[in-house]
Amino acid sequence: MNVNVAPHGLRTANDTSRVDLLLIADMVTPGARVLDIGCGDGTLMRLLASKRGADARGIELSQAGVNNCVAQGLAVIQGDADADLVYYPDLAFDYAILSQTIQATYSPRDVLEQLLRIGKRAIVSFPNFGHWRVRTQLMFRGKMPKTHNLPDRWYDTPNIHLCTIKDFLDLCRDAGAKVERVVALNASGSKLGVSMPLFAQNLFGEQAVFLLSR
Amino acid sequence: MSEAPVSQTFLDHSVRLAQIANPQSDIAHFDDPLPLDCGEKLATFSIAYQTYGTLNADKSNLVLVCHALTGDQHVGNVHPVTGKPGWWETMVGPGKPIDTNHYFVLCPNVIGGCMGSTGPSSTNPATGRSYGLDFPVITIADMVRAQAKLLDHLGIPVVLCVLGGSMGGMQVLEWAATYKDRVFSAVPIACAARHSSQNIAFHEVGRQAVMADPDWCQGRYLDQGTSPRKGLAVARMAAHITYLSDDALHTKFGRNLQDRDKITFGFDADFQVESYLRHQGLSFVDRFDANSYLYITRAMDYFDLAADHGDVLANAFVGTKTRFCLVSFTSDWLFPTEESREIVHALNAVAANVSFVELKTKGGHDSFLLHEPELFDTIRGFVNAAARQRGIAEPEGWLP
Repeated sequence: MNVNVAPHGLRTANDTSRVDLLLIADMVTPGARVLDIGCGDGTLMRLLASKRGADARGIELSQAGVNNCVAQGLAVIQGDADADLVYYPDLAFDYAILSQTIQATYSPRDVLEQLLRIGKRAIVSFPNFGHWRVRTQLMFRGKMPKTHNLPDRWYDTPNIHLCTIKDFLDLCRDAGAKVERVVALNASGSKLGVSMPLFAQNLFGEQAVFLLSR
Repeated sequence: MSEAPVSQTFLDHSVRLAQIANPQSDIAHFDDPLPLDCGEKLATFSIAYQTYGTLNADKSNLVLVCHALTGDQHVGNVHPVTGKPGWWETMVGPGKPIDTNHYFVLCPNVIGGCMGSTGPSSTNPATGRSYGLDFPVITIADMVRAQAKLLDHLGIPVVLCVLGGSMGGMQVLEWAATYKDRVFSAVPIACAARHSSQNIAFHEVGRQAVMADPDWCQGRYLDQGTSPRKGLAVARMAAHITYLSDDALHTKFGRNLQDRDKITFGFDADFQVESYLRHQGLSFVDRFDANSYLYITRAMDYFDLAADHGDVLANAFVGTKTRFCLVSFTSDWLFPTEESREIVHALNAVAANVSFVELKTKGGHDSFLLHEPELFDTIRGFVNAAARQRGIAEPEGWLP
């Protein structure tokens, strides 16, 4: 296969997770050095290489994901955000990307600080626990929410540190991260208007993408 | 009680000895001296090597395979002494993960070896006799320095990929650290940047077993027309255990008895695992030289890449442009995953292009030699990607 052809799995516009990746790719400047932490099967790395000509490296926890990536010629190491970021030097990358993973780390604040240390910029996306569907499920059913974005039951979810957009803004403030851009996506994957007030983004955004710097 | 079969001979001794002076391989002779880490020089030396496939016009499709401690250059052809298939014929060949329809594969016998490259059983030009213990102690770096001379001799400036497992992996690391501009990509498998204390200890057991055999004759057994077969067989038996895993041994043998219904209350090989190890020991001495075993184990013991670079492993890789793919195995307790991970961390510290896969296997250290489809996919994918990145047409009809 050729890295310059359109990557696999990016065909359906309704697939919100794919929209999230396209949005991230748009935030990356051409030719950048990128570290994709929690790179899965390498979809974002391929997208970054083909759309942005990026020099993309990945970290992935699952053996299946790593094997798949390496067999495609992607530079991926088996590891995780909590343990392995400390081994990278300061400012080794233009972008350190953590896509839909921070909520599954043991120490989100430490991980965020590592991202801002090894990358000139950090891009973080996560499912927004402040979305109205999540709130209403908890409010009216009195049970831990399950949505198509958060499909697991409370006892088998890898998401141990879920947060809302507002929570994450607080963390950014506490960690001294400068928020350059925030984009919230609704359930159908469309961007919410930038003019929308924060409380509304936090209510209607099903996921959020943050572009951060020190 | 029947005699323990450690004195039995399977093959004609002369078949192996013939390979020392006249190997069934290509051979390159070098008349300029090879400087060695110990301070001595090899005034002249030879390297026996096998090649597979065709070198392309711009000499950019070379895949260099480095063999392990008791391996040799016969990667993908029938072995001239044992008559068995090449040690990595599952990996190297037409249509195989390293596809010789597209890549030119080269595997040299290491110096210190006993299959045609200069080693302790070669004739010492100064005395006209075999070197024996007069052969200087060599290192992994010396082996690699000799291989670089072979590439010069073949007119190949840059290797597309250098790969190897175990001691082969050590050579890969040495290549990448010392010849940064000559290594486009590197695959160190099941190895370490330094030989651990435990591994040195196992090697010492093996060497002591060889040297305790009266037929070793202070290393001059070739002059005496003898061979320390029992000592070398015991060394191999001990080492072979370290290449496997408890799980693999249990699955293969359990406590099964060998050709008998009950234990014999003696020291014959009651258990299948004993019989298996004795066979491993015996078949090894038919194809390997005892002094080579001493020298090559010593070379591994002395390997410590960080020590050569101010005790900081990352310093060995500063400025590297090489693409790395490290592979370790969950069941390998001789070169455990942590050893590979240390190398990965050092490579991360210099922002190198590195992939790392830990494969789930049961086979122990020897997993790299076994039928492991995930290993094949990893190597195939990585080598083909390296070829693509270097602008070489990769094998067709293959998609991840």
